[in-house]
Parts: sequence; C-alpha cells; structure tokens
Amino acid sequence: MPAASPATPLVDVRVQPGPFDLPAESARLSALPDVGAVVTFTGICRSDGGRLEALELEHYPGMAEEEIGRVAGEAAARWPIAGAIAVHRYGRIAAGEDIVLVATASAHRGAAFAAAEFLMDWMKTRAPFWKREIFKDGTVGPWVEARAADDAAADRWRPDTAAE
Amino acid sequence: MKLLYFAWIRERTGHAEEEIDPPEGAETVADLIAWLKTRGEEYEHAFGTDGIVRAAIDRTHARMDAPIAGAREIAFFPPMTGG
Repeated sequence: MPAASPATPLVDVRVQPGPFDLPAESARLSALPDVGAVVTFTGICRSDGGRLEALELEHYPGMAEEEIGRVAGEAAARWPIAGAIAVHRYGRIAAGEDIVLVATASAHRGAAFAAAEFLMDWMKTRAPFWKREIFKDGTVGPWVEARAADDAAADRWRPDTAAE
Repeated sequence: MKLLYFAWIRERTGHAEEEIDPPEGAETVADLIAWLKTRGEEYEHAFGTDGIVRAAIDRTHARMDAPIAGAREIAFFPPMTGG
C-alpha cells in the first residue's frame, strides 16, 4: 500500500438539498499543490425508460455528514490523495438531475481513481440515505431495497480481500 | 434517551423520534429492539423481521450486541440506499 501524502489532504463533505457545481468543485481540487490527476464521479437520477418522475431521498441529518466524513478520512489515510470532495443531495430529485458527487485529486491517476471508487462504494452502503421512487403518474413506490451488488462492491475494498 | 426512526421503520412505528426510558435489564441494541417489539402492533411490524433493521448509537453504526449504556441517541433504519 502506498504511503499517505505528507500534507494534510483537503476533505470536504456536504449534504444538501440543492444542486452542486461540478466544474467549481473540480477546479478547487485542480488548484491544490502538486495535483496531476482529478477524478470526478457524478451519480444521476435515472428515468428508467421514462416511467420515473423523481426520487425522494430521506437522510439522517448529522450522521450523514459524519459517516461520509469517516469514509473520506479512510480514503485519505489509505491513498496519497491531495483532496477529496463528496456532496450528497437529499429531498426530491427529478429524473436527469445529479444526486451525488465524488471528486478526488492526487499526483498520479491511480490513487485518485481508487480513492474515488472506494469513497463511492462505501458511501452507498454506509451513509444513512434511503430512497423511494415517484412515478410519472404521481404514485409513490415502495422504499428501494438495498442491493447485494452494492455490498459486494464495498466489501472488495476490505484489507483482507482488496487487490491493490 | 432519544430514539430516531427512518424510512419504512419511521412509517411503520408512526414516529420520527421519541424519548424513552429503556427498561431494566436492556443492555444491548438487541435488548432494546426486543422491548420495542412489545410496545404494540406498529412496533412489532417495524421490527418484526430479524436481521433487517440497522442501528446507530450517537450517529455511529452499531451492531446488535453493542451496549446502549450512556447512549444519548439511538437510530433505527433499513439498509441504506443512497448514492
């Protein structure tokens, strides 16, 4: 495992109802010293073939920020990154709108890619958010069930199984 | 102590939060759930399926065998589906 970066990385976690500014967040990371790579991931509300109007995301205020912060801290301890930004929206999010942003920066691309994927995988299974679907006809669907594939994606980063 | 409920746990109990005094002898999260299930049909419905409900003590994920002594806030919720 590579040693963590000597400088304290920028870690910024936000949980908010409104949209985020991807170019601005990316630019904040690009401006950090000795950055050679910025990776950004945006999670978007699918329309599911046009049947979905929106998602309603409930969250646990306070714990959501803290838990994402813990995951970001783990990423910063594990890879030599210069910065990590995570923004998760809550409330009603229309099909086609952004839901979540993860952005990481490092000197070389490997750490930025790995940290971004780790952050996203763990955020999905550990950050306290729950979603339900709102359909075009106005009906509200049941609470979305957790997917085993998401647990498996997070589990592959465990130290005893992860291939780094 | 304050209990918080989220998503379908909140809907089934009919509460987003409530103040409770845990009963004598309730030492772990599992003990607390067992007691909650005795409080009425709505709680039985919310907590009836073993192994589904997750818990957090003072905003940190907690296992079912975690001690609840000294906790200010305990939250119950289904598996998370963010992202």
